[in-house]
Amino acid sequence: MQTFDLESQGLRALNEALHAQAENTNQTVWEVVNARGSHAIAVGLDAPIEVNVMGSTGYYCAGMNSQATIKVHGSAGPGVAENMMSGTVIIEGDASQYAGATGHGGLLVIKGNASSRCGISMKGIDIVVHGNIGHMSAFMAQSGNLVVCGDAGDALGDSLYEARLFVRGSVKSLGADCIEKEMRPEHVEILRDLLERAGADAKPEEFKRYGSARQLYNFDVDNAAAY
Amino acid sequence: MCGIVGLFIKDKSLEPQLGALLTDMLVTMTDRGPDSAGIAIYGSESASAAKLTVQSDNPDADFATLGDDLSKAIETPVTVTVKDTHAVLAMSADKIAEARQALPELRSDVKFMSTGETMEIYKEVGLPKDVAARFNLSQMSGSHGIGHTRMATESAVTTLGAHPFSTGLDQCLVHNGSLSNHNSLRRKLRREGIHIETQNDTEVGAAYLTWKMQTGSTLGEALESSLDDLDGFFTFVVGTKDGFGVVRDPIACKPAVMAETDQYVAFGSEYRALVNLPGIDTARVWEPEPATVYFWNH
Amino acid sequence: MKDQTAPATPRTEPIQSATFSNPINAEIRRAAATGIYDIRGGGAKRRVPHFDDLLFLGASISRYPLEGYREKCDTRVTLGTRFAKNPIELDIPVTIAGMSFGALSGPAKEALGRGASAAGTSTTTGDGGMTPEERGHSSKLVYQYLPSRYGMNPVDLRKADAIEIVVGQGAKPGGGGMLLGQKISDRVAAMRNLPKGIDQRSACRHPDWTGPDDLEIKILEIREITGWKVPIYIKIGGTRPYYDTTLAVKAGADVVVLDGMQGGTAATQDVFIEHVGLPTLACIRPAVQALQDMGMHREVQLVVSGGIRTGADVAKAIALGADAVAIGTAALVALGDNDPKWEDEYQKLGTTTGAYDDWHEGRDPAGITTQDPDLMARFDPIEGGRRLKNYLKVLTLEAQTIARACGHNHLHNLEPEDLCALTMEAAAMAKVPLAGTDWYPGKSGF
Repeated sequence: MQTFDLESQGLRALNEALHAQAENTNQTVWEVVNARGSHAIAVGLDAPIEVNVMGSTGYYCAGMNSQATIKVHGSAGPGVAENMMSGTVIIEGDASQYAGATGHGGLLVIKGNASSRCGISMKGIDIVVHGNIGHMSAFMAQSGNLVVCGDAGDALGDSLYEARLFVRGSVKSLGADCIEKEMRPEHVEILRDLLERAGADAKPEEFKRYGSARQLYNFDVDNAAAY
Repeated sequence: MCGIVGLFIKDKSLEPQLGALLTDMLVTMTDRGPDSAGIAIYGSESASAAKLTVQSDNPDADFATLGDDLSKAIETPVTVTVKDTHAVLAMSADKIAEARQALPELRSDVKFMSTGETMEIYKEVGLPKDVAARFNLSQMSGSHGIGHTRMATESAVTTLGAHPFSTGLDQCLVHNGSLSNHNSLRRKLRREGIHIETQNDTEVGAAYLTWKMQTGSTLGEALESSLDDLDGFFTFVVGTKDGFGVVRDPIACKPAVMAETDQYVAFGSEYRALVNLPGIDTARVWEPEPATVYFWNH
Repeated sequence: MKDQTAPATPRTEPIQSATFSNPINAEIRRAAATGIYDIRGGGAKRRVPHFDDLLFLGASISRYPLEGYREKCDTRVTLGTRFAKNPIELDIPVTIAGMSFGALSGPAKEALGRGASAAGTSTTTGDGGMTPEERGHSSKLVYQYLPSRYGMNPVDLRKADAIEIVVGQGAKPGGGGMLLGQKISDRVAAMRNLPKGIDQRSACRHPDWTGPDDLEIKILEIREITGWKVPIYIKIGGTRPYYDTTLAVKAGADVVVLDGMQGGTAATQDVFIEHVGLPTLACIRPAVQALQDMGMHREVQLVVSGGIRTGADVAKAIALGADAVAIGTAALVALGDNDPKWEDEYQKLGTTTGAYDDWHEGRDPAGITTQDPDLMARFDPIEGGRRLKNYLKVLTLEAQTIARACGHNHLHNLEPEDLCALTMEAAAMAKVPLAGTDWYPGKSGF
């Protein structure tokens, strides 16, 4: 295992070292100490390595991740795993706003709560939140799955495209064009798999599914108020 | 656009460290606001005395005999404590209004920072660490304090444009965001007789709260109505003699992190600002909800 | 009984209202019938004070001109010298502005790459990601980072020669976009991860940051991902250029791209295009002032766009303080957009050559702003690239001609004092004297 002291060695050196890891690296496990809320930790990785960040992070930890498994042993600041392509990001604590924003793939697990705009404009990423999520989550979400074991805040799924939203608890309010939908067997299967991979102690049958009513897909004068 | 820090101490044994903790928090937020910095500190209450904090660009000349001159003008004892460009003028509380009237005639260049029984505001142009050093912030003790680092958006980088803004006796406001209706509101508030010095959007926010409270609202009510009357993006932190409050606009894009332990409640624009607080690893850390007024009182 | 021989009573001529003109009334009827604002492509069509209202003062006795073609007049410019390890070196100070694959066809993007590369300059992606055609044919490619993040991925990010974080554009500062369903083809839909055939709504704010303090951190992230190698541009629409330029620089920009209201768009509300933003002419001086006030003029480069058409426009923008310009609409015209040879087809679409702006509908007879395979086939990317290269050469030669006439051996030595203004408006906006005087509005001492 490689240990990297962010405070003494610096952010540039950390990301440089992590970017230098090729697919066939044998330095597969890294530990980053003294994270202390720093920004842009372990961004743009593209190798099947494991990075353990000890402590809480600032903005954009694991941004644009590909292949790597990044665990934050603390809470994550805004935009964690933004635009992730593949790999796994696990947050032991809470996540701030924009968690998993615009993510294209991979799995983001938040063991605590996520703040506002979780999964905003998500484009294929899977996000599992063990706790609650804040307002405007999944705004303009395009595809992928957002699973919330707790409650959702206001305006869930506003202007939603084809992303699937699963919420176990209450939803404070649904956003424009977001409706509750039938949970079909294929959805139960997707959910069961995600819950298992995310280590979430919940049963698929306890969730409700939300999706796009597709009323905003093509302009209709009778929906003008929703624009 | 800016960084905000705030620390409200619950455990009195931590009070002597307030300045040191806040200074560290403030300096951490330098990237968010390198133009100017300021701090409102709620220190000790001296018997029956109130404090007027003032600033001068020529402190040597302006402050040398200010105590004597003011004392004569308003016929009451005034003690002066000079800290770099600022001076704290202590006097009996009922003389504060008279002093504010007399001062511009005695020293035309002197600017008001704050009035309060416990609150003093220090703010200047420059990097947060330099501003903190000038006023020796790290040595200050107190029950709570609010700090701000500023990245000016549309108004000038000046001392008066720096935060915190005083909103009344022992009350202050800092802001992260950008208000979009401050010009109209400034005109309205000026018609209502509220004094507004700068083109700064935050000063209008502060003046708005002052006006609401002058017309009968409590601070909590004033903050609630700010959600309707102020347009744009804002995270506000306000200080009062007894505590501090937080409110974010309904969209709530500007960041805000809070932490609470048995010893304190802390606010930071980023988690980074909180990392050196004692017991932060086990603190309850969360983000304030949009359009919700929070308050912590002693 | 009426006397038939009496002269007729004089009648009032029918008078058209200047306020309720026929075009206005037609728009009212259109709105009443459809319930939606008009959406179109292109930039502002109304007349606004522009570079045409400025003239150069050539050299004669007090200054000496350079010999055309023989005495050197350099045109090279380097963008992104502030923080990037690999700044962009261009042979000419005219770049191609961001235009999306989706709004434009693949062959049109290819032609832009071919033409720009042949002329020694850069081209720019747009909303929708980077295509292989574009990357393959562009020697210098700027990758736009937009609120929608359509097609955004780190592989393409690392292939880019520069990254342009788009905060706004001149046609619609403060607004998002709208690509109507007709153009969301299978390929566009796949690149953007959207259902085929829907109206695509683009956000106006970035999904994961708001304001300059957050932007600074976003720039840090992108620099860390790209190893601090390539320049980071910030593109803003012309609204409050002094403050926005200041804040872009404070947030860490290497280059500021400033787009005035004549700048085009693939599609947005007509009311936005015509009624929001500052004319390009009015944007430059405040932005340059901001850079000068920070000691950053020429350290952080300024690229100006929005209605650049001629070498005179290029020279005037540079004289007012820009380091380079970007062209969008002009490049499309060079490729063949709105060409009179398609007049019959424009007529069938209810429009005419020069007025065709329904770029979002995907029925472009010239095969440029479309995803229709038959229409696209009309456009030859090699020929288009050649035409663009020629046009870029002419812009450069024209700008050089003017610079030499003003006595300059490099375009960058053009200065505001080389200019005068024909109108009070232009004098005020460009802060150059009204022709024949030493005064402009706002300057004391008249």
